[in-house]
Amino acid sequence: MTATIEEPPVDPVLERVKTGVEAFDDLVMGGLPRGRTTIVGGTPGSGKTVFATQFLAHGITALAEPGVFVTFEESPGEIEVNMASFGWDLRRWREANKLAFVDASPRDTDQVVVGDFDLAGLLTRILHAARSAKAKRIVLDSITQLFDHFIADQTLIRRELLRIATALKKEGLTVLMTAERNSEYGEISRHRIEEFVADNVVILRNALDRERRRRTIEVLKMRGSHHVEGEVPFTLIGEQGIVAVPLSSLRLEQQSGTKRVTSGIPELDAMTNGGFFRDSVTLVSGATGTGKTLLVTHFLAGGVTAGERALLIGYEESRGQLFRNARSWGIDFEAMETDGRLKVVCIYPEAQSLPDHLLMIRELVEEFEPQRLAIDSLSALERIAPETGFREFLISLTSFVKKREIAGLFTATDKSLIGGHSASEQHISTLTDSIILLRYIQKADFMHRGLMVLKMRGSEHDKQIRRFTIDGSGMHLGQSAEDALDVFGNSASDGSSVL
Amino acid sequence: MKEGHRSGRDGSPSLRLYVAGASPGAQRALASRKRLIRALNGAIDIQIIDILLSPDEAERAGILATPTLSDDSIDPPRRLIGDISNIAEVLAYFGFPKKDTVP
Repeated sequence: MTATIEEPPVDPVLERVKTGVEAFDDLVMGGLPRGRTTIVGGTPGSGKTVFATQFLAHGITALAEPGVFVTFEESPGEIEVNMASFGWDLRRWREANKLAFVDASPRDTDQVVVGDFDLAGLLTRILHAARSAKAKRIVLDSITQLFDHFIADQTLIRRELLRIATALKKEGLTVLMTAERNSEYGEISRHRIEEFVADNVVILRNALDRERRRRTIEVLKMRGSHHVEGEVPFTLIGEQGIVAVPLSSLRLEQQSGTKRVTSGIPELDAMTNGGFFRDSVTLVSGATGTGKTLLVTHFLAGGVTAGERALLIGYEESRGQLFRNARSWGIDFEAMETDGRLKVVCIYPEAQSLPDHLLMIRELVEEFEPQRLAIDSLSALERIAPETGFREFLISLTSFVKKREIAGLFTATDKSLIGGHSASEQHISTLTDSIILLRYIQKADFMHRGLMVLKMRGSEHDKQIRRFTIDGSGMHLGQSAEDALDVFGNSASDGSSVL
Repeated sequence: MKEGHRSGRDGSPSLRLYVAGASPGAQRALASRKRLIRALNGAIDIQIIDILLSPDEAERAGILATPTLSDDSIDPPRRLIGDISNIAEVLAYFGFPKKDTVP
């Protein structure tokens, strides 16, 4: 079936055209191949026009590459207004002759089509615009509208579209065409446009998952070139446009440092053979009230005492509560913040989508440049996200943290009070370097608390379960609680469920 | 710029024919234009606009397809795209009085 189709040879040095969506460019080995045609398919509202405009905007503002916007749907005036919220001043670019519009939006005409015709009118206008703006990039948004405009002449439009695509290619233009899709996981585009004009196919999705919108971008095909497979979440942000969330499986080459940092608790440092690794992520898992926030507090204070900057993202308690708690354990968060050594940010998980949380954390880290980061708790975040989205979030977050050589401490709440493990644990545990379990231990008629270092990547550690107490100066690890094996056994012995 | 082309030089009705260079389609359309003028005994003005020479005109009028015969004097403009060789139908579409002698 495809045997007769001539595939261009794989060219590893195809010149790349950056789209301005950084994480997307990573997926396609640096950008869209120059001089090729890419179809961007998506359902209404999936962000096609934003992506297309960003592609032009990046060329104009960052790379001195003028562009042409051929619009079949909205008028140029409407596009200028709609895109202004992303910080793109299309009108100014147009006046500076860096951007040219070809207005092929529906006009009020009485029109009848009889017999054969061609789209030389359209092609001529596009080429004229491209030449007078010295354009390098061109957007056609959306091709589907063109088919709808000449609804009775689909075959003819296919022929003409191919002619236009060929002519644009000959001009050396990098072409981005958008196409409507009927459903998120159905055929690639209406009219199967991708089959005859596209070198590359990209899909934007805006799917409803657990009553939440989840936007993703996926590269379906790149002719003669490699690309990363799978959907990557993105979000639309004012003044920026599309911000894709980099999937860190791309960048698993984070160097594993050997430098240790204190956990903030001397006994725990001893158990872990000298503390946590500088560029590692540790998960603290336990039921409510077992001391997770206490561990976080020690972790932050330990960093600050050692001269580091520490950042806490709180998803469960208010600043007031967190500061009060710390004070009751003899730790003065207020003074630390005043010294600029600590930053505590509390936000409701529901306040924004998961990708937005990730971007917020990244922005905070870039701004504050902490050496350690605590998140309390991931479980609170998990409840706002579909499962796949949460996993992607975690992957991105952990890889970001490691890349920045930040020591991370994340907490997860167990649903059951004694033993057991939560769903989030299963997600998180494989992605974190170390796991610390906190459990209630029942002994006769008294409830103790116990701590165990379950796993520590790249290091020996004390495998004992240690009982601990909490007083006005925080956590104190005591002797081992050998009689409590069953409590931890649920998670500790059944490696498959946790590791 | 949508000034009316209500009539031609001598008050006779005026149309515009948008073509692309000398393509076969354009040649056929130009031949039909002559027959149209003859059918109305010259009482019509049909401007030829070669969009390859004046792309700005095509942009202004929003022409996508060629050949297009357009009455830009009315709002919205009335357009016939494609084959304009059936003189009687073309005249009827643009609302000209039918001639008894169809050439």
